Amino acid sequence: MTSIRTAGHRPATQATAVERKPQATTNDRIVGTVSHTMLTIWSLIVILPLLWTIMTSFKTTTEIFSSPFALPSNWSFDNYFKAWTTAGIGSYFLNSVIVVGCALIIVMMLGAMCAYVLARFAFPGSRAIYYLMLAGLTFPIFLAIVPLFFILKNVGLLNTLPGLIITYVAFALPFTVFFLFSFFKALPNEIAEAAALDGAGEWRTFFQVMLPMAKPGLASVLIFNFLGLWNQFLIPVALNTNTKNYVLSQGLAAFASQAGYAVDFGALFAAVVITVVPVLIIYVIFQRQLQGSVSQGTSK
Amino acid sequence: MSLLGTSVPPAGTAPAGGTRRRSKWSFDRISFIAVFLGVPLAVYLIFVVSPFVQAFYYSMTDWSGFTQKMNFTGLANYGRLFSDDIFMKAMGNNILLALALPAVTIVLSLVLASLVTVGGSSRGQVKGLRNSSFYRVVSFFPYVIPAIIIGIMWGQIYDPSNGLLNGILTAAGLEQFRSFAWLGSENTAMAASMFVIIWGFVGFYMVLFVAAIKGIPAELFEAARIDGAGRFRTATSITIPLIRDNIQTAYIYMGILALDAFVYMVALNPGGGPNNSTLVMSQQLFSTAFNKGQFGLACAMGVVLAIITLAFSALVFLVNKLTGGSKDTQ
Repeated sequence: MTSIRTAGHRPATQATAVERKPQATTNDRIVGTVSHTMLTIWSLIVILPLLWTIMTSFKTTTEIFSSPFALPSNWSFDNYFKAWTTAGIGSYFLNSVIVVGCALIIVMMLGAMCAYVLARFAFPGSRAIYYLMLAGLTFPIFLAIVPLFFILKNVGLLNTLPGLIITYVAFALPFTVFFLFSFFKALPNEIAEAAALDGAGEWRTFFQVMLPMAKPGLASVLIFNFLGLWNQFLIPVALNTNTKNYVLSQGLAAFASQAGYAVDFGALFAAVVITVVPVLIIYVIFQRQLQGSVSQGTSK
Repeated sequence: MSLLGTSVPPAGTAPAGGTRRRSKWSFDRISFIAVFLGVPLAVYLIFVVSPFVQAFYYSMTDWSGFTQKMNFTGLANYGRLFSDDIFMKAMGNNILLALALPAVTIVLSLVLASLVTVGGSSRGQVKGLRNSSFYRVVSFFPYVIPAIIIGIMWGQIYDPSNGLLNGILTAAGLEQFRSFAWLGSENTAMAASMFVIIWGFVGFYMVLFVAAIKGIPAELFEAARIDGAGRFRTATSITIPLIRDNIQTAYIYMGILALDAFVYMVALNPGGGPNNSTLVMSQQLFSTAFNKGQFGLACAMGVVLAIITLAFSALVFLVNKLTGGSKDTQ
């Protein structure tokens, strides 16, 4: 080790007992300070843009043009009202909640069903189906977007919320199955057998025994799916072009490109904050769970 | 549990019942599998598999979408793409992104993760920096912000006259940046766009690597320390070889993202940037399909994009394998 012990650090009277308790050497302190400094710099790079966005969201457009740093002259929520109503962020928000909420419920249900069957029963073709699911994870969604447009058009679901929901479900399915497959695989088979001995049919075993046991896995997938679908941009932009049905991400993009001409930057910043803050609050509350999911999901 | 009360068979028959049940394809089980597999699979086949397959076929036609008529043109679309300067420029930009983004993001997040995990005291147990969870929580913020918002926000930060960046630079006395257009000049537009994507992902990969490093048995670090390895040596000889598989996964994810990059580029420079310097293939695909209605050509672009994506993943696997990947030591 490169650390050099300085004499003043350890008085001779405190013998071996203190040896266990780590003391910082000069070298350690330098490394510690450098580490803290670098991490602090990165944290500032992350936080400052967010704080600046929040501050700017309270300014009027004239104030924004006069100086990037000056505090708003009065902290009013005018921009927020404008963003919520005139810019339509309110209705986009509602659409997003409906679409993402329905898609999440359906994809969790279908994904758990499919993963359970693939993980627990071996039948001809079950491996093939599993690999087919994996293949869906590797191909870029851009390859599918054009034919998808016409499939939805042919079944009359283009530019509708149900059409968007079913597409979200379909494209979130491979990841959900892939993740839950390994989870159901790890659950002990004896429990399903015990349930069967007790007279439960397959249906009942799944809903009353196996599904509740898979709760931690379901929670992790749910978080990932929520983030993925809430952030989804390409699918709605391509397949949901009716302004009334806009979801939040595409509504904001439309508003931002429009703001270039109408120049209501205050409302734009407010719209950004409206979108970010709920997600950030949820994140701060569940961050332990989420960071756990990240390590779980990638170690598989 | 309500099940317990229903019917309890005599203990002696349990093993026999268990094995018999497993091999029997009862109506209960077959109906269960049919419904549970059938419904998800139908959705998946209709909305995911079939569009992928159709795209390959359409890519060899001159289909313009709204008529039934289409002619089979073989590889003509591909020939057209490879002689199209703008598309080749976009492909070059994507490749540049795929080379730079994963490398920079992963190096940066590895450094931060190492600082968090082994930056602590060099005595006693190997442990992380104090109060490091604050850094982890904060750096992870951008990951939960929708990509389009990140793009819009940074578009404003880069704003030539009212943006945060030029505000800071001019306040620091760098007058030449007073109204410097970061996204509007050809030399900086790409780098500025890359920084935005890196900003969004460093925290995510940092958390991932922190988890991976924490999964390494502490004895290994202690052994290295007893053998006289310093911090830097420990990082290069112990940490990185042991979390290699995580780095490979991160590299592939980040590369796939770089080959897409659609949301960020659309938000920062919708038109493809000065002299198409930030134009990517996905933007070209989107406008070819939905603005120009050349669906056959757009599908060909999709196929090219898919092939490059798969080739990238295969290349990362191959390089990792050739440099001694799955072995635990260097």
